[in-house]
Amino acid sequence: MTVTDAPRIISARLGKPRSWTLETYLADGGYRGLRAALAMTPQQIHDHVNVANILGRGGAGFEAGRKWGMLRKAEPLYLTINGDESEPATFKDHALIEGDPHQLIEGSLICAYAIGADQVFIYTRGEFPLAIERLEAALNEAYAYGAVGRNIFGSEFSIDIVVHPGAGAYICGEETAMLESLEGKRGYPRIKPPHFPAAIGLYGAPTIVNNVETVSNLPWVVLNGGEAFAALGEGRSKGTKLIALAGHVKRPGNYELEWAKVSFRDLMYDPRLGGGIRDDNELKAFIPGGVSSPWLGPEHLDVLLANDAIAAVGSMAGSGSVIPMDHTTCTVRVAWRIVRFFHRESCGQCTPCREGSGWLEKILERIENGQGRESDLDLLMDICDNISPGVTWPPAQTTICVLGPSMPPAVAAGIRTFRDEYLAHIREGRCPLPPDRLPRKLAHV
Amino acid sequence: MARLTPDNQQRARELIALYPHSRSALIPILHLLQGQDGYLSEDGMGDVAELLGLTAAEVRGTATFYDMFHLEPVGRYVVAVCTNIACMLQGAYRLLEHAEERLGVAPGGTTGDGLFTLEDAECLALCGNAPCLTVNWRFFGDVDLGRFDTLVEDLRAGRLDDEVPPHGTLSRVQRATGLQAGGEGAAGAASEGVPAALPTHLDLDTRRTTAAVASMDAGHLEGGT
Ligand SMILES: Cc1cc2nc3c(=O)[nH]c(=O)nc-3n(C[C@H](O)[C@H](O)[C@H](O)COP(=O)(O)O)c2cc1C
Ligand code: SF4
Ligand code: FES
Repeated sequence: MTVTDAPRIISARLGKPRSWTLETYLADGGYRGLRAALAMTPQQIHDHVNVANILGRGGAGFEAGRKWGMLRKAEPLYLTINGDESEPATFKDHALIEGDPHQLIEGSLICAYAIGADQVFIYTRGEFPLAIERLEAALNEAYAYGAVGRNIFGSEFSIDIVVHPGAGAYICGEETAMLESLEGKRGYPRIKPPHFPAAIGLYGAPTIVNNVETVSNLPWVVLNGGEAFAALGEGRSKGTKLIALAGHVKRPGNYELEWAKVSFRDLMYDPRLGGGIRDDNELKAFIPGGVSSPWLGPEHLDVLLANDAIAAVGSMAGSGSVIPMDHTTCTVRVAWRIVRFFHRESCGQCTPCREGSGWLEKILERIENGQGRESDLDLLMDICDNISPGVTWPPAQTTICVLGPSMPPAVAAGIRTFRDEYLAHIREGRCPLPPDRLPRKLAHV
Repeated sequence: MARLTPDNQQRARELIALYPHSRSALIPILHLLQGQDGYLSEDGMGDVAELLGLTAAEVRGTATFYDMFHLEPVGRYVVAVCTNIACMLQGAYRLLEHAEERLGVAPGGTTGDGLFTLEDAECLALCGNAPCLTVNWRFFGDVDLGRFDTLVEDLRAGRLDDEVPPHGTLSRVQRATGLQAGGEGAAGAASEGVPAALPTHLDLDTRRTTAAVASMDAGHLEGGT
């Protein structure tokens, strides 16, 4: 469903009965994209993808076609699909893998053919066993159908896909950590440069890392052409985007929307989309692109969902997860929970991230519990400044990956926009918003 | 029990064959081991090390990085309540406190009868159905306090055994083909229909909330309107 009449490119089968089976997929025209792709040259597909200007849907928004063009020419060459989705409040790839695994397989195959990959690995978050089961079952069907393996559909093209489960580590969504994990190691991000995957990736070989949603677009792009895709959206943001809407709306869920045609107001209030803030409460703030992105407020409701439009107001579209918060929300508590997440998930290689996350969590916890001091506000900003000098957006980085610099936005939003609320906690010795304390028992980090 | 069973040894060798470098099979094999015993025992990890030509420290060092792996026995059902932002905004901490009271353990603890381990989890990517939890990683969304109690009763009575396998079970569907299987490739090319003999597998329809079905339940993503 879209508020414009744009076609549903990636979510057409989500919610249909037995959407994950080959039978459903074929009845809906499945694998025609792959057949069409195999009749083209890899360069022709690459051209379509360049024209389509598909921005990577994993969070960084890098053009897929441009990334493919950066591949170092060497053998072997790998394609790894990032299905590790663990960014808080993001749940679109989960739905795509679980609901339409054949579309993911077909998209991966088109990508593999276009870049000349020797093997494909689909790294799937370990906590998604049903998604893994449906993907493995779909792959078995696809092998039997002749869509994967040797001489696909009777062509010269042969390739294998391996479904690789993760084991519970948010950091393995970062592409180089994912490659380490795929090599059977701890998920420590690699230093870039030199470890840009397109040059030095899996086992040191050139590797493309693309997100699940990114490649799920490919069957449609090949069938309808890059220009049809580029006709949707505006500016750099072409096609559609699966937006994961969570938090204080009446109808949370995944919505596939045409880029740059729908505003945050439409998303939250349109009865076909979010349906309004719960209990018709007032909107206090919203996080527009995953918890790493700087917060926006009611004054930004008319901003369009588009990469450039969101960047223009100082935030980012990120992975496409939107979290509205109503006026009963305590911003200290939200910042605390976000920082606690990053503290638990920091891989520990870099001091500012490993230590800073723990200190931010402790200080926010004491403010929320009414034991904060006024000097804590400067202390919080000082720690943020150590993690990401200047606390600006886009963030400066002192760390190996951007997990560290993902923390300051939530804290800075609080201190800059909701300073009075922070001070009220400190002066009143309690949280002014119910419930007024953190849970007594918190699991050990 | 501790070492990999002969069947699992065989499956481990099949997993190794899928990768250009054997160490890549480490995490999938650790999932096998955890599926066998519910946790990773020292002996089991030793076995895995031997199979892959790694040291015990390399195996243990990798395993301890990942939250899904337990190095000590846990309950038959690991109940992981998400408390991350979307769930927190919908009352996840109230749910977690209720779970603590109902089960009589704090997060990280296991009940005396060995049936339940409680965990305070990070985002489980079912945020549209907040608050949510998983039992042995199988999803339950829109969990209010009443539903939580019913769930615990159902688990205790074994009523959900079909849908919630014992802790550690990752995928019950196995890859049916070796690498570069040619199979009916030509057949697929000739006839565009579903191949007659599809590999049989588990019925993957489920009554539980799934990310994909959740969208449907709420009437989302339905065409037109
Ligand atoms: C801490 C961190 C976590 C990330 N998690 C994910 C993830 O779960 N899924 C994903 O596709 N990309 C994730 N990314 C982005 C990847 O590094 C990478 O940019 C992306 O997978 C590339 O695919 P795309 O170009 O198709 O978007 C993460 C990045 C960072 C720094
Ligand atoms: S920034 Fe944090 S998560 Fe990223 S490499 Fe450094 S310590 Fe690890
Ligand atoms: S925040 Fe709970 S599932 Fe995402």
